[in-house]
Amino acid sequence: MSSLIQFSEVSKSFETKDGTLHAVRDVNLVVDRGEIVTLVGPSGCGKSTLLNMVAGLFPPTQGQVLYSGSLVTDLNSKVGYMTQSDHLLPWRTVVGNVIAPLEIRNVPRNEAMARVTELLSLVGLNGFEKNYPSQISGGMRKRTALARLLAYDPETLLMDEPFGALDALLRLRMQVELRALYRRLGKAVLFVTHDLEEAVALGDRCVVFSARPGRILDVIDIKLPVDRDLMQLRYDPLFAKTCAKLWELLTPELDGVGQ
Amino acid sequence: MKIVIARIALAVALLLLWEFSSGSLVNDFFFSRPSAIAVKFYGYCADGSLFRNMAITASEAISGFIIGGVFGSLSGILMGRSRRLSDLLDPFVTGFYSIPKIALAPLFIMWFGIGFPMRVYYTSLIVFFLVFMNTYTGVRNVSPELLTVFRLMGAKEKHLIRVVILPSVITWVFAGLRLSVPYSMIGAIIAEMLAANQGLGYMLERAASQFDTAGVFAALIGVVALSLALNLLTRKIERALMPWRVADETRTMTV
Repeated sequence: MSSLIQFSEVSKSFETKDGTLHAVRDVNLVVDRGEIVTLVGPSGCGKSTLLNMVAGLFPPTQGQVLYSGSLVTDLNSKVGYMTQSDHLLPWRTVVGNVIAPLEIRNVPRNEAMARVTELLSLVGLNGFEKNYPSQISGGMRKRTALARLLAYDPETLLMDEPFGALDALLRLRMQVELRALYRRLGKAVLFVTHDLEEAVALGDRCVVFSARPGRILDVIDIKLPVDRDLMQLRYDPLFAKTCAKLWELLTPELDGVGQ
Repeated sequence: MKIVIARIALAVALLLLWEFSSGSLVNDFFFSRPSAIAVKFYGYCADGSLFRNMAITASEAISGFIIGGVFGSLSGILMGRSRRLSDLLDPFVTGFYSIPKIALAPLFIMWFGIGFPMRVYYTSLIVFFLVFMNTYTGVRNVSPELLTVFRLMGAKEKHLIRVVILPSVITWVFAGLRLSVPYSMIGAIIAEMLAANQGLGYMLERAASQFDTAGVFAALIGVVALSLALNLLTRKIERALMPWRVADETRTMTV
């Protein structure tokens, strides 16, 4: 495995009218090809900021973000970004949205349609092909966005709480699919979540952040098997232990909340 | 169904009130009366003059609508996408936009005479500004996050325009166009009233100059009918081009 994404001494601050906002500070992290790294931490601790820097939306204030060994200076089209809002095109149907990246890549229509059909059944949207985003539920919109992300097969997936709006069963199903896909395709995934169980269930490693400014508190190797059965995970003592460890790490960070 | 009956009842009541108060409460020389207007209107229909003039006004309004709409939306997109161009032109556009368009009518008469072309150009000008301003705002309002998501997919400027910007601007272009329907009528009718010997505006003007109040009202009925027809037409085109909007309207409201 070679290192794909590398943060070295990364700090990012934003100038606002109330002064300087330090989002992340002194982050050192290496993500290898073919691993899922989950990022957890209190809200506002700059997890999304890190994803934005990998996508090349803005540079760090200090330090470097490297992708495949070179500095990220511009929009990084090697990554697929699934943000918290789905960014679907309201004037296109579900099929039209999922096929959009393939149109941009000039994939022949037949081939593109075959791929879209396959992806829609993967995310469980059969029967909704002709619906407009305004006609389907929030969860379905998320799944449409996921199908669109997978359609153009980016090298790395940046996912920012992608399953947050889904119900528990659907979320489990999407998690299973994501891990299966990732194992089949060997993609690197940076996955931001605030759900500790999700962080453990999905990740090969889990990075725990402090409250703002976000620093790395700990990086936990999740020793669950690669082909873990997500359906049975809740009965696994190691899973419970890892979740408890995360919880212990994060609870001191909640001090000060509510005061 | 009930509401339709109530509407008809209200209209009939108002017309009866008008009919019977005219000549007693108000001066029928200035206010005429529905029965006299109906006779006049029937006369205009029977001798074909109403339809002839309506067709002229409609063709001016529609040509002006098309010319102004095309140029307005194209320049709106161009200026909305080019930061430099909009920085350069912004004060000029705002300046021109703030001129009451009727103040330009004498200039148009001097330049283009009093024929059909002048009325089309004048209407185009009015429509141009409305559509331009709406399109420009629309292009500026395309979500930058949406554009970024598509850039990350590898979209270049040409893809962004075709896949994201044009479709999202259509909504705004149509807002501008729908707003323009009454204004294109205003443009055509003002131009006809100022300088013409044909069109609904000319009919209005001629009837008024002969103190033919019933004639003025009869011509106004023609104006209203034409406006409604043009409105209906834009709505139909809009629905055909933007099916997702219909989907929006028909879905059950949720919060």
